[in-house]
Amino acid sequence: MHVPDGFINAPVSAAAGVVAAGAVAVSLRGARRELDERTAPLAGLVAAFIFAVQMLNFPVAAGTSGHLLGGALAAILVGPYTGVLCVSVVLLMQGVLFADGGLTALGVNITDMAITTTVVAYLVFRGLVKVLPRGRRSVTVASFVAALLSVPAAAVVFTLIYAIGGTTDVSIGKVATAMVGVHVLIGIGEAVITALTVGAVVAVRPDLVYGARGLHRPLKLRVAGELVDAPDTAPAPVAARGSHRKVWITGLVTSLVLAGFVSFYASANPDGLEKVAQDKGIDSKTEKHASDGSPLAGYGVKDVGDARLSGGLAGVIGVGVTVVAGSGIFWVLRRRRTADTSPSQITETV
Amino acid sequence: MGAGHAHKLYRHGHSPVHGLPPHTKLAAVFCFVIVVVSTPREAMWAFALYAVLLAAVAYAARVPAGFLLKRLLIEIPFVAFAVLMPFVAQGERVDVLGMSLSVNGLWGAWNVLAKGTLGVAASVLLASTTELRELLLGLQRLRLPPLLVQIASFMIRYGDVITDEMRRMKIARESRGFEASGVKHWGVLAKSAGALFIRSYERGERVHLAMVSRGYAGSMPVIDDVSASRAQWSYALTLPCAALVVCLLGWLL
Amino acid sequence: MTVSPTPLSPASLEVGGLAYAYPDGHQALFGVDLTIGRGERVALLGPNGAGKTTLVLHLNGILTGGAGTVTVAGLPVGKRHMAEIRRKVGIVFQDPDDQLFMPTVREDVAFGPAAAGVKGPELEARVHKALAQVGMADFADRPPHHLSFGQRRRVAVATVLVMEPEILVLDEPSSNLDPASRRELADILRSLDVTVLMVTHDLPYALELCPRSVILSEGVIAADGTTGDLLADEDLMRAHRLELPFGFDPKSVKV
Repeated sequence: MHVPDGFINAPVSAAAGVVAAGAVAVSLRGARRELDERTAPLAGLVAAFIFAVQMLNFPVAAGTSGHLLGGALAAILVGPYTGVLCVSVVLLMQGVLFADGGLTALGVNITDMAITTTVVAYLVFRGLVKVLPRGRRSVTVASFVAALLSVPAAAVVFTLIYAIGGTTDVSIGKVATAMVGVHVLIGIGEAVITALTVGAVVAVRPDLVYGARGLHRPLKLRVAGELVDAPDTAPAPVAARGSHRKVWITGLVTSLVLAGFVSFYASANPDGLEKVAQDKGIDSKTEKHASDGSPLAGYGVKDVGDARLSGGLAGVIGVGVTVVAGSGIFWVLRRRRTADTSPSQITETV
Repeated sequence: MGAGHAHKLYRHGHSPVHGLPPHTKLAAVFCFVIVVVSTPREAMWAFALYAVLLAAVAYAARVPAGFLLKRLLIEIPFVAFAVLMPFVAQGERVDVLGMSLSVNGLWGAWNVLAKGTLGVAASVLLASTTELRELLLGLQRLRLPPLLVQIASFMIRYGDVITDEMRRMKIARESRGFEASGVKHWGVLAKSAGALFIRSYERGERVHLAMVSRGYAGSMPVIDDVSASRAQWSYALTLPCAALVVCLLGWLL
Repeated sequence: MTVSPTPLSPASLEVGGLAYAYPDGHQALFGVDLTIGRGERVALLGPNGAGKTTLVLHLNGILTGGAGTVTVAGLPVGKRHMAEIRRKVGIVFQDPDDQLFMPTVREDVAFGPAAAGVKGPELEARVHKALAQVGMADFADRPPHHLSFGQRRRVAVATVLVMEPEILVLDEPSSNLDPASRRELADILRSLDVTVLMVTHDLPYALELCPRSVILSEGVIAADGTTGDLLADEDLMRAHRLELPFGFDPKSVKV
């Protein structure tokens, strides 16, 4: 999905560049809040991890294999701001070093693959974690859904950008169908592996996963072989949980209802989906690279199977869009209420 | 992607192009690509001239044609997309070899192929004549936010280390008779990915400890800086300026 | 070569009642008390998981938030004096790959002083001096990953020496070194005129370099005395899972 130069016209590329620059600037500030002075080394190592994990091939069937895109995984493991930064840096280096993705299309690529995937994944993840009962299983389920939706959401954003600034007049319905269709399939793989990976991390270092924090035991002193409680030096701030829970449940239910409505509307206008489906599978296979075993190994082509689409796919587009919009609105509302008026959320969600 | 010095895309050399300061090269490539993208697609001869310009740069940098062409393969997924365009685009249609193709789609395909290929070729030339370390200094010099440059430089410093860890885990898996062959093995691979994340994150924490232990407080001290003379700038900007002339001609003619 | 601490100046390091638990709930320290005088060389011994690394990370305020106090040369470790503390406490970590994060040896050694605002010729002079102290002056422009492990360890020591620290803390300095590199490092350490706290499993190395040793076990200081006495006390050693290499008799070694 790395967009090359010339695919999107110049004004829209520039506009996407501005959006991307703004979001990266916001993320730089936000990441400093998430990680303070640890931002550079930690985000750098997580970026290296995302880079490496994109090379970890997951066999699908008979010779084809897929790999993780990593946006959702980054957002869930290290938080949305750091996630945006890591994936953006990976895209930047891919563009400059490997010519993967055009330099003028960097803004489009970052908006699409770094910002959309991480933000959507994080909003969905947080929403589900708030609603579901606390526990490891909920974290895994939330990761699955978040990753599942993040990939088609990126396809939707790509389609939108294409609708505004595409350099050919392929009908938007066709592009949307092909992009979203293919990416739903990718999304399923992404979801399974993201969920399993997050599950594996939660099992070993729950403190590293954003959604599974806050388990403390009081300190003890060993005095003459006996364990006694140490005086509490820093009382943990008590977070008001209950009040937000209602907001989140309402938000999720509303967006589900909306999603149903939109998908009903969308599937009522199939726009010749079936016909296009066959000749538009953006089909490609994994390539063996000359430099096997190096960081460039397998740095070839995203794997995508054949796109078998049906009218129901339009529904998935609706679900993606609506969940994003709905969660976004509720996030803004929640931020307002907590009186933490940072410009970030406004620029991102409006 | 070596830790700092040699990356596999870099071709060691002492050509005038290798010797230019990195930020002038970055600026030149970026301007060149912008010019190419803003050229009207109907001016086919302009794209031929751009290709000639790049060939001249490649010659000056002593980058062999075969190396350059092999690296262009990265573009293939979008070539596939471009090839489909004439079949699915709307509007007026022509018959070629018995197939009905959209005129608009043909133009669109040409547009994406020409501009995309020139963009990739320009980036490949940049990467093959500039060391990683220099690229980072160049980005820093071009006022990319320092934190972003730091993240990129850590990613590059530890890219090899992490890939090595991944390879060792793979060897350990295979030594115990495990061979991933299908969806049913995703769980094992995902566990490896999870373990890799933990190792990466913990290494990040240790690197951070080492940094703060030596007085790091959020910003990287500037130890080396690059600067460019007026002559170097004008030399580097010859490429986008020549391209700009071509582009203007393309609009006027 | 015994160096007695001068009673007038404050001790290089004072630790009192230190307790700490990690965010995952695991408690590593249960009340550590330790004082190290200026110019002393002390070995910190203890089995795996005793909390040695956790203790080290408290010395320059990387870990905080538990109970107890740490004082370096009279300065309490805390947010207020953090920059000063980190300049005074030089920690050499176990894995040189973690410590050497810059693209070249020269930049890596320059990192600390440059972060403190040193520039230009003075920076160059200090970098050169520190590299000369560890015998690595000829390798200044090499990338760290092209060096041997022993060389990387020595550069790691230089990255800390360049800060002119009050106390040098080494985490397993002899691990993964071949015998020659091990001896070279010992010569370098002996030639330095700073307080040294050395965390190690390498008991002969401790005996060779450090007149005094403390044993950290289960998160508390279990013993404190001259290295020779501690290593010769078989019951003590067995109680804390410390074992001498085969055939090594501490009583036979003349320090």
